[in-house]
Amino acid sequence: MSVVDRRITMETSVNGRTVSLRVAPEALLLDVLREELGLTGAKRSCDVQVCGACTVLVEGRPVSACSVLAWEARGRAVRTVEGLADGDRLHPVQEAFLAASALQCGYCTPGMIMAVVALLEESPEAGPAEVKDWLRGNICRCTGYASILDAVTRAQRTMGSRPRP
Amino acid sequence: MLPPFDLHAPSTLAEAVALRQRWGERGTLYAGGSELLLAMKEGLGTFDHLIDVKAIAALHELGMVDDRTLRIGAAVTHGALERSRLVAERFPLLAETERQVANVRVRAVGTLGGNVCFAEPHSDPPTALLVLEAAVTVQGGARSRRLALAEFLTGSYETALGPDELLVHVDVPAPPAGSAGAYLKFGMHERPTVGAAVLLVPDARRLAVAAARVAVGCVGPVPARRPALEAALVGVPLAALAAGWAEAEGAAEGLDAVSDLHGSADYKRAMTGVFARRALALAARRALGKAA
Repeated sequence: MSVVDRRITMETSVNGRTVSLRVAPEALLLDVLREELGLTGAKRSCDVQVCGACTVLVEGRPVSACSVLAWEARGRAVRTVEGLADGDRLHPVQEAFLAASALQCGYCTPGMIMAVVALLEESPEAGPAEVKDWLRGNICRCTGYASILDAVTRAQRTMGSRPRP
Repeated sequence: MLPPFDLHAPSTLAEAVALRQRWGERGTLYAGGSELLLAMKEGLGTFDHLIDVKAIAALHELGMVDDRTLRIGAAVTHGALERSRLVAERFPLLAETERQVANVRVRAVGTLGGNVCFAEPHSDPPTALLVLEAAVTVQGGARSRRLALAEFLTGSYETALGPDELLVHVDVPAPPAGSAGAYLKFGMHERPTVGAAVLLVPDARRLAVAAARVAVGCVGPVPARRPALEAALVGVPLAALAAGWAEAEGAAEGLDAVSDLHGSADYKRAMTGVFARRALALAARRALGKAA
């Protein structure tokens, strides 16, 4: 039996670094990030775009890495939670999650943080209703949402934005 | 994990059609993958070839083609519709519906064309598009065809799309001047149990309904207009609708309701009445110029 290499050669930017990849057409972005690139922040959980644990940003927009083909990242910029900190300095959203104790088991946290980063980049002054609506697709089963919403407000404050009422 | 397949990325409609003809049932169309990839993960569909249509420029059109027709290319995402100023200003009912689709990640990749072609019965946009009287254009090897959305959606996960065809765009006629619409949904899962879309055209004095359109989705295999209720709404004072019009419960009458994971047929019928009444109240308040 002959084995045909069906893999696609492509370049993508991951956390600001250009990466050359050879991926199978059916490879999911989450598996490439975790298995090939060792970026294990994004987690697999529901596997059907409902829970948000696998949230990463592609061209600034949050996507479910569990259900997006790696192929979709070709020539595009992917950002994961590993790319947020500047050396030892955490991103304001990460700092805010710590300050607000907005994490307990931490499984949803990387996805939650990436979703919040995307929201505050698109809508820095998002009000509580907008924040809740945006995070509707990120499920936490132990921390509780109140402290997560508190973290968003704290992040907005440190980032110099005044949330709309 | 997904089963193995090959990806093809045609850059023209003709190339896409040729690939459809070449692969037949071994291939399928792929855009955002927010429906297809999940189904493939569950083993509900196996294809050797995915035809990625996103490189086809014509499928990304979003704009007015004439004074009163919005054209939405099949590969335009829910997120693009949600953020479009044109859609928000001239098609607020569609914008309101798109904002409610699944979650922000699904909306970032999921396309309107994919949504319509997958014909998932528990979906939001088709219900609103029925009320807006949208039409779809499909391209096959020999010709293109234009169908009303109601003709295109033939059943649960079934459409009139031929094996060598692809959906090119959805045309949405501007709603009548002065009309007000609303889309409300209800559900306990990610997908809606019931969706209700209404559009009210007020009379010249803006006191009563001159014409009404009502559609209900998710309850049966395909979303459905409610012609008897639409007729009964003519002449009803907007104030009565805004206060909660009991006769709206008739929205469920004669509806082909299906029992499924989202609820029994009886339960879905009951919720249909409730959400039709609330959607009519919201649209009436908007028509009266009161806060939404």
